[in-house]
Amino acid sequence: MNALAIIGEILVLIGTFFYFLSALGLIRMPDVYNRMQTSTKSATLGSLGVMIGVGLWALGSSFGSVAWLTKTIVIAVFLLLTNPISAHALIRAAYKSGIPLWHGSVVDKYHEYIASKTGAENAEETAEEVSE
Amino acid sequence: MEEAGKISRYLYTVIVLFLIWLFLTASTDPQELAMGLVFSLLIGAFTYPIFTTRGLANLHPRRVAYAIAYVPYFLWAMIMANLDVAYRVLHPARPIRPGIVHCKTVLKTNPGKLALANSITLTPGTITLDVDGENYFIHWIWVPDEVLHAESDEEHVERASSSITAPFEKFLRVIFG
Repeated sequence: MNALAIIGEILVLIGTFFYFLSALGLIRMPDVYNRMQTSTKSATLGSLGVMIGVGLWALGSSFGSVAWLTKTIVIAVFLLLTNPISAHALIRAAYKSGIPLWHGSVVDKYHEYIASKTGAENAEETAEEVSE
Repeated sequence: MEEAGKISRYLYTVIVLFLIWLFLTASTDPQELAMGLVFSLLIGAFTYPIFTTRGLANLHPRRVAYAIAYVPYFLWAMIMANLDVAYRVLHPARPIRPGIVHCKTVLKTNPGKLALANSITLTPGTITLDVDGENYFIHWIWVPDEVLHAESDEEHVERASSSITAPFEKFLRVIFG
């Protein structure tokens, strides 16, 4: 039973390491889009590691029961399904409200697509909005 | 997409709700199970029209098998994504070359598109910015050379899709149709 506790502790450690990376990414990345990249991915996997780790840890120690593990699994699945959606909503809202890409960005197909969809006369307006 | 009968959709909702109840209580006490069944039947009656359009057809053995096989595949992709993020964050030169690329998908159903968008967001270097019909717009943290130097738009879409959406579609096409 003790092996489970050790695996759980290691998972929690890995999870906190990814939390740290997520926070570091927020500082190091140049614009909102790249920050979303690092924070979403690392925070999701970090949370999964911490939650499943706590479940296994409780299973391996004397105070725990299997109820811990099943509850953490439910929470982990819920987080796994909802976290990317919130990231998508945030990044889309950022783009729609006209936050510019980083100057090092190489390609922006979405802007071309919006321009082609709204028609030639509106395209210039959209371009101005985005550049502001 | 064809719609399943009301009873089939209702039963599917109740099954999913009851499974969640089982996991949350983690108890096989008959009283708990009975209460869970009652609540599942009640909540299912209110929510089944918005929960599912295909009903019990979701529990086809082939779909369930592919869904189970998808879990380790997806988790592996997610771990790779985080090692990728770790490399980009910790590297002193910060090797990023971001851009928004255009992909197309072969999936037809809305749940399938949602699952694909979620999978893209959690895998290496990509995050879904917008979905419009079959068009996906994806912010890529490192746009590779072969996509960047594509001559035409069609070539760009084809190359981007083959490296972003195609690996998941072979699973999701079976799971969600």
